[in-house]
Amino acid sequence: MTGLWTLFYKELLRFWKVSLQTILSPLVSTLLYLLIFSHVLEAHVQVYPGVGYTAFLIPGLVMMAMLQNAFANSSSSLIQSKMNGNIVFLLLPPLAYWEFFTAYIAAAVVRGLMVGAGVGLVSLWFTALPLAHPLWMALFALAGCVMLGAIGIITALWASSYDQMAAVQNFLIMPLTFLSGVFYSIHSLPPFWQALSRYNPIFYLIDGFRYGFFGASDVSPLLGLSIVGVCCLALSLATLALLKSGYKLRN
Amino acid sequence: MTPAIEIREVHKRFGSLHALRGVNLTVEQGEFFALLGPNGAGKTTLINILAGLARVTQGHCAVLGHDVVTDYRNARSVLGVVPQELVYDAFFTVREMLRFQSGYFGLKKNDAWIDELLHNLGLTDKADIYTRLLSGGMKRRVLVAQALVHKPPVIVLDEPTAGVDVELRQNLWEFIRRLNRDGHTIVLTTHYLEEAEALCNRVAMLKQGQVIALDTTRNLLSAHAATQVRLRLNPSQLPDALQPLLAGEEAGWFRLTLNDCAALEGVLASLRKANVAVADLEVSKPDLEDVFLRIMGKAA
Repeated sequence: MTGLWTLFYKELLRFWKVSLQTILSPLVSTLLYLLIFSHVLEAHVQVYPGVGYTAFLIPGLVMMAMLQNAFANSSSSLIQSKMNGNIVFLLLPPLAYWEFFTAYIAAAVVRGLMVGAGVGLVSLWFTALPLAHPLWMALFALAGCVMLGAIGIITALWASSYDQMAAVQNFLIMPLTFLSGVFYSIHSLPPFWQALSRYNPIFYLIDGFRYGFFGASDVSPLLGLSIVGVCCLALSLATLALLKSGYKLRN
Repeated sequence: MTPAIEIREVHKRFGSLHALRGVNLTVEQGEFFALLGPNGAGKTTLINILAGLARVTQGHCAVLGHDVVTDYRNARSVLGVVPQELVYDAFFTVREMLRFQSGYFGLKKNDAWIDELLHNLGLTDKADIYTRLLSGGMKRRVLVAQALVHKPPVIVLDEPTAGVDVELRQNLWEFIRRLNRDGHTIVLTTHYLEEAEALCNRVAMLKQGQVIALDTTRNLLSAHAATQVRLRLNPSQLPDALQPLLAGEEAGWFRLTLNDCAALEGVLASLRKANVAVADLEVSKPDLEDVFLRIMGKAA
């Protein structure tokens, strides 16, 4: 297990050494969303009875920050190693594919949770938040980071350039997170978009995470967790299979 | 004794390119072995297969008896590879890199050996410097140190002295020689053939994915190398009898290729017979570069 722990520690140290960029920067940009949207919409929108728009928005923003940073951590670390060639430092030692997976996912989870916790703590300055079901909140947070961490690994394995990497981030991850109910309840959408949102697994992550705070959600949290769990498992198995096969790592 | 490296009927295809065509090679424990060949001969592909960086299309490779596919964890544990590419991780210092590499090989407390490696490779004062800030030669030393953190019994160096200054080359070879004396098996690829000749007791030559020569350095030298003689003559005219031996002529010097030193007596006799005096004479000993060029030329 020494190899696994070392790789996990190295991945932590990698983002910690550039924490201005990896922790503080997403924290600030997320808080800017909060500042602007809560200022504009607080008086006009109420999604759940008795829950102000700012309070409604915070869990969505926290989850969005966690997802984007979990993805960014695993994907940027791996693509940089591939492009710079220093991936050989991980391919030459006797590290197993599952150790590789576990270390990268664990580091993605840690960074995601750190940014999420930072956003959550600072947002308390804006409004008080209830915490109806902390265990549900934690489960959805963890599942979200694992899921996006795995997508990050798959993307970085597949991508042959930074451009391809950025394309996935900008044209897939970003729209999926923005259109998942971070800023609104899907019940406010027209029926077509509402139905479409139900095919977006990130919708279930945000909805379930929000349930952890308010005890209210657009779909049943159990259904949400089941869908998220299946996605997590499928993506993890796919990532493990790619790593085991040496896809685009070992010729 | 189990061979350090065993390569059996190894084929490697990259699409339509048949990079390795049935390579068979055995390197015994304790050898200092050279893998030579022109660019594109398949040396690095072969090393990558041994190291698990590339998958074999057909055939088997083992390091100290551990198959590199089915028993990859043990095979990689006993192998240290210095890659040809000058790669580094910009985020970390030299010491951090070496600690990580130790950890990946399952070693928790390895600082004593890391300090020794840093000392032997002249990196002690660079230990806490970010690898991205080092010169090319220093980065190369770090790569060597990384390959040796787990004291591998089998060490493969893929052109470790490419672009490296003379001082480092000498220090590096002194260190690698010491490791070889201590029982480590060394496999080396290099384009500096004088290095291979001075260091290696056995040589394999690869061309277009096939082993075209495999023997001790001494045997290769005696079997394939020709003696070169350079002559300045008075009058400056080579007798007809010696024309078949002429390999070249430049600035009044005739360069003759002889099968061995004994043939020199015949050359001098021919000159005497033609009343041509020898104004100057140089005999150059055959080296591995001559052997290499001859063998590669024959295999063309």
